[in-house]
Amino acid sequence: MAYPQRRTLRLEAPRSWQTLNLAELWEYRELLFFFVWRDVKVRYKQTVLGALWAIIQPLTTTFAFAILFGRLGGMSRHVDGPYALHVFAGMLPWTFFSNTVTVAANSLVGSGHLISKVYFPRLLVPLSAIASGLIDFAIAFVVLLIMMTIYGVAPTPSILAAPLFLAGTIAAAAGAGILFAALVVTFRDVRYIITFAMQLWLFASPVLYSIEMIPARWRLLYAINPMAGLVTGFRACVVGGPAPSDVILVSSASAVVLLLVAVRYFVQVERRFADVI
Amino acid sequence: MSSDAIDIHRLGKRYTIGVTPIGRATLGESLTSWVAGPWRRFRALTGPDNEASQFWALKDVTLKVEVGEVVGIIGPNGAGKSTLLKILARITAPTEGYVDLHGRASSLLEVGTGFHPDLTGRENIFLNGAILGMFRTEIVRKLDAIVAFAELEQFIDTPVKHYSSGMYVRLAFSVAAHLEPEILIIDEVLSVGDLHFRNKCLGRMQDLRTEGRTVLFVSHELTSVRQLCSRAVMLQHGRIVDDGPPGDVTRKYERLYHDAAGNSTGVANRPHPPHSYHLKRVELRAAGGRIESRFDAGDIMDIHLWSSGKAPENSYTVEFKLLNSDDEVISFGAANPVRSTYYRAEHDHFVCRLGPLPLTEGNYAFSFTVGVWNKARWDFWQKAVRFTIGRCDPFGTGHGISNVNDGDFVIPQEWLPGN
Repeated sequence: MAYPQRRTLRLEAPRSWQTLNLAELWEYRELLFFFVWRDVKVRYKQTVLGALWAIIQPLTTTFAFAILFGRLGGMSRHVDGPYALHVFAGMLPWTFFSNTVTVAANSLVGSGHLISKVYFPRLLVPLSAIASGLIDFAIAFVVLLIMMTIYGVAPTPSILAAPLFLAGTIAAAAGAGILFAALVVTFRDVRYIITFAMQLWLFASPVLYSIEMIPARWRLLYAINPMAGLVTGFRACVVGGPAPSDVILVSSASAVVLLLVAVRYFVQVERRFADVI
Repeated sequence: MSSDAIDIHRLGKRYTIGVTPIGRATLGESLTSWVAGPWRRFRALTGPDNEASQFWALKDVTLKVEVGEVVGIIGPNGAGKSTLLKILARITAPTEGYVDLHGRASSLLEVGTGFHPDLTGRENIFLNGAILGMFRTEIVRKLDAIVAFAELEQFIDTPVKHYSSGMYVRLAFSVAAHLEPEILIIDEVLSVGDLHFRNKCLGRMQDLRTEGRTVLFVSHELTSVRQLCSRAVMLQHGRIVDDGPPGDVTRKYERLYHDAAGNSTGVANRPHPPHSYHLKRVELRAAGGRIESRFDAGDIMDIHLWSSGKAPENSYTVEFKLLNSDDEVISFGAANPVRSTYYRAEHDHFVCRLGPLPLTEGNYAFSFTVGVWNKARWDFWQKAVRFTIGRCDPFGTGHGISNVNDGDFVIPQEWLPGN
C-alpha cells in the first residue's frame, strides 16, 4: 500500500552542539503573534489605566530625576538643551530595555505550565515579552513628540535614523532577556539579581547624564555596555546632542554579540527546561 | 516506504534526582559547606550527574505503531507512561535512542493548555488553537464548528473566568477535537468532565479510529483501553512487559495489580470508625470462599460484613447500595423488608449471597447501612468496598460489554423475527 510522502520528525538525545532552528521559528511566527496579542489584551483588560501606564512610568521617573539631578544636582548644566527632554529621550529606550528584560527574564518560569504541557520553540516566550514592550514604547514615543513641541525642539531629518537605534535596543533587550530567562530556569536566585542589576545598569548608561561626561579615554570601554551607545544614538537622532560614532559602533557590536551569546546558550539548555521547571 | 507511523527505537530517559544533601557533623565542616555550598549546588545543577542520584524512567523501549492503529499504553504509577508521553510530545528529550514520527503529530497532555481566564471564549479558541499548532486561517475556518461542538454559542464572548468548570472543559475539548493530525498522542483527557462530555470524547475517539488516524493513548482506565484501542502495551519499571490485544494485556495488568480499580482488594476495614455501634469490616468472597476484588459477569458473590458488637436492639436490617463508576446508585438490597431476614442483637456477622451478577465490565462499589428499616439508621459506611467486573460476555460473542458506553446492566434477551 502506498502512502503519500510524509514528513518525518526524529526525536533524539540533544547533540552536544545545538543549533538554532530558524526555519522552525519561522513556522511558529503566528504563535509569537498570539502570545503578544494575549499579553496586550490581558494587560489592557486588567488595568484601569491601560495604555496610560506606558506613559506614567517614564514620565514620573523623568520628572523625579529632572528635579533630583537636574535642579538639585546641577546636572542640567552639563547637557545640551532642556534637561527633562534629555532625560525623557534617554528614558524611552532605557524603560523599554529594563522593562522587557525583567519581564522576559521571568517569562519562562511564568510559562512553566505551558512548557511542561506542549511543545513550541521555547525562544518564543522571552521574544514575545520583548515584542509586547514595543507597544508601550510606541505610546511613550508619542509623548516624547508632544514634549518636543512644548519645549520647541523641532525634529531634524536625523530622526529617520532612530529606528536603527531602536532595532539595536531590541537586540540588546532580546539578548539580555533571553540569557536571563534561561538562567532563571536553572538558577532561581538570578531573578533577584535582575531588579538590582537593572538599577545599577541605569546609572551605567547615559540616561541621566551625557556621554561627554565620561572621560574620553574610558569611553570605548564604557561603550561595551550596549545601552551606552544606543541611548546616546537614539537621543541624538530625536532631540539632538553628541553622537560619537566610535561609541555607537562598539555598543552596537556589543549588542549583537550579547544576542548571539544569549541565543547560543538558550538553545543549548532549552531541552532541559521541562525537566527542571 | 514502511507503514509505520511511530517508530520508537531503544528509547531511554534518565533523570537525576535532586541535589544530594550534605551531612554536617562538625562546625568546621558546616563552615566549609557553608562556603563551598553555593559552588557545590552550582556544580550539582550544571555539572555531570553522579550515579547515585540517577534513575532510568524509561529503558530500552522499542515499539512500532502502524498507521491507523490505536495503541493504549497502560502500567502502574511510575512505570514510565508519562515520561514516554513527554518524549513523544517533545516536551523532554530522551537520553538515548530515538523516535521517528512519520506525519503531522499533535500531542494532548491536557485540554485547554494556555487558556487565559481574562480572555473570552472566542479569544481563547484562537490562543489555544495556536498553541496546539493550528494556523490562524485554520482556526477561523473551524471557529463555528468549535463553538457549536462546545454548545457555547451564547457565551462565546464572555471571559472564561465566568464559565462553569463544565463549560470550560467543553470549550477546551472542543478546540482539541478539531485538530486534524495524522498522529495523535493523548493523555487521559477522557477522565475529566461529566458523563455527557465523556461520551462525546469517546465518540470523537472512535471517529479518529474510523478516519484511519494513528492514536497513542496513555491511560489508567482499563475499560476505555479495552473499548477504544486496537492494541495495548504494558509498561513496568520503564520497560515494555506486554504487547498485544487490549483484552489480554488489560487482564494481565489486572492480575498483576490487583488494586487497579482504586485500592480494591476485596476486603476493607473501617478507616475511621465512629465510637457508637458500627460496621467494621467487609469481605467480598468468590464462590470458593476466596477473598476477591475481581469478578466476572454471571459470578456469585458473597458479601461478609462484621459489626462492632452487640446491636442496640433486635429485628434490624443490613442494606447495601451498589454504585457504578460515576458514583451513581444503581441497585439496592436489604435483609428486610426485601428479604425477610431479621437480625438479632447478638449477631455481629452478616452474609449476603449475591448473583449471578448481571453487571457490565467496569468498576463498582458498595455502601452499607445498618439499622431498623424505616425507623433508625445506626450506621452508614459509604463506599466501603470496591470491586471490578473484569469480563462481561453473557452471550458468548467474544466482545466484552463495558459500562463506558453500554450501561451498567445486561438484561437477558431473546431476539426473534416478528413476522
